[in-house]
Amino acid sequence: MSAMTRTVVLDETVPACAPWSAVVRAGDQLEIIDLHGNQAVDCLLYNAADHTDRYSAQATVTAQRNIFLTTGSVLLTDNGTSLMTVVADEVGNHDTIAGACSQESNTLRYGHHTRHQHACVENFLTAALEWGLGKRDLVSNINWFMNVPVEADGTLGIVDGLSAPGKKVTLRAETDTLVLVSNCPQINNPCNGFDPTPVRMVVTR
Amino acid sequence: MTSSTASTLAAREHARAQEAAATVAEPALPEGVDPADITFARRVPAGGYAGVVLGRGTRVRLGDPDGAACAHLLLLRADAPWERLNVADTVKVPWQAYLGTGHPLLSDQGRVLATVIADRSGHHDALCGPSPRARRALRLAAAKQGLEPRDVAPSVSFFRGVRVDADGGLVATGGAGAGATVDLIVHLPVTLLVAAAEHPLDDRPVTDLDLVAWRAPADLAAEHNPDPEYRRAVHNTEEAWAAAAHHIATGTKEIHA
Repeated sequence: MSAMTRTVVLDETVPACAPWSAVVRAGDQLEIIDLHGNQAVDCLLYNAADHTDRYSAQATVTAQRNIFLTTGSVLLTDNGTSLMTVVADEVGNHDTIAGACSQESNTLRYGHHTRHQHACVENFLTAALEWGLGKRDLVSNINWFMNVPVEADGTLGIVDGLSAPGKKVTLRAETDTLVLVSNCPQINNPCNGFDPTPVRMVVTR
Repeated sequence: MTSSTASTLAAREHARAQEAAATVAEPALPEGVDPADITFARRVPAGGYAGVVLGRGTRVRLGDPDGAACAHLLLLRADAPWERLNVADTVKVPWQAYLGTGHPLLSDQGRVLATVIADRSGHHDALCGPSPRARRALRLAAAKQGLEPRDVAPSVSFFRGVRVDADGGLVATGGAGAGATVDLIVHLPVTLLVAAAEHPLDDRPVTDLDLVAWRAPADLAAEHNPDPEYRRAVHNTEEAWAAAAHHIATGTKEIHA
């Protein structure tokens, strides 16, 4: 089916630094649009019919034998369920290993002055609680539009992004999938260009 | 013909006679350690698993006596298991994807559950997680600690290496051979869950895995990593330990300086 014939069933702008969540039905497509460029979108996925069947970064990178997500990547659960497939990608490289920022890890990474800054885990918990999920349900997440290279000696880090204003990634749900998002509020590294901005979420059917 | 287990008394005799005729496969004990300080020793066969609560200041040695072990390991706070190993923070915070000496195993709460303080392998993996058999074993190990499948968070593997190539590809690099060991010092009381099973990118059959733990308070007091991120992780860890202890324990007052 071409993009021209799809119907928009949801079109929402996520404010800078805010959480967002929705169930994307099997067959529907979710477009995540980086409106202003270089905005990390932290993302967790759960089988909508069984929240214990959740996205596994480890199962996903092992199955594709690569740490980067791009077109063709299948987002798997520990049980092997295919939750979503990346069907289009205008950036080419999305992170699976660096996880979400938290108030607690910020104290390690930048210092204790960051203790009370807003962070992705705050957003994930806020969204999770709305769906009856809690802290124990949070695991390593996807970071759309975030660039985390690994050097030959294992050195890794969040570096300047590869995205740009208006670039998007498109996911097709293979299973009814609960999507939790944190529009990353981090201001201490380049994952948001030191300036968190809104993103747009469009679901088509 | 009467079976030796046809009656309860005979069955009891039969059961009780077995230990004397058997040998328990046990790990070699570490050299230089007073046997009185050893708190736990277990040889885990291929496909097996173990779960044990380890106190603060415990040094635990994982061993590969026969050269093809693979240890899939998860740590959770013993007294607060919703705080657990966070593999993303464990690679991101130290700016290092590969586990080795001095590497902290960080919780999701900005604390260090354990630090790798010796490594005679150099073949480990924090990216790929458990193979299906390892995951089933970890779920059983977790259940015996009152935990649920959702508590089985992403884990790390010792004795089977993985490297990331320039385009992000994952490449298995095998093991270091018989006799490899890796030592962890435990900073907070933890539940250690470990499964002995093949690596998902390296399906060579595994051999026995050894696990030995002993009291090592001097190793807890030593500095294992000069990085500022590690120093702050230890600060957060000591603060939590002191706050929960209802008193200022000897040796922790400098964290408030």
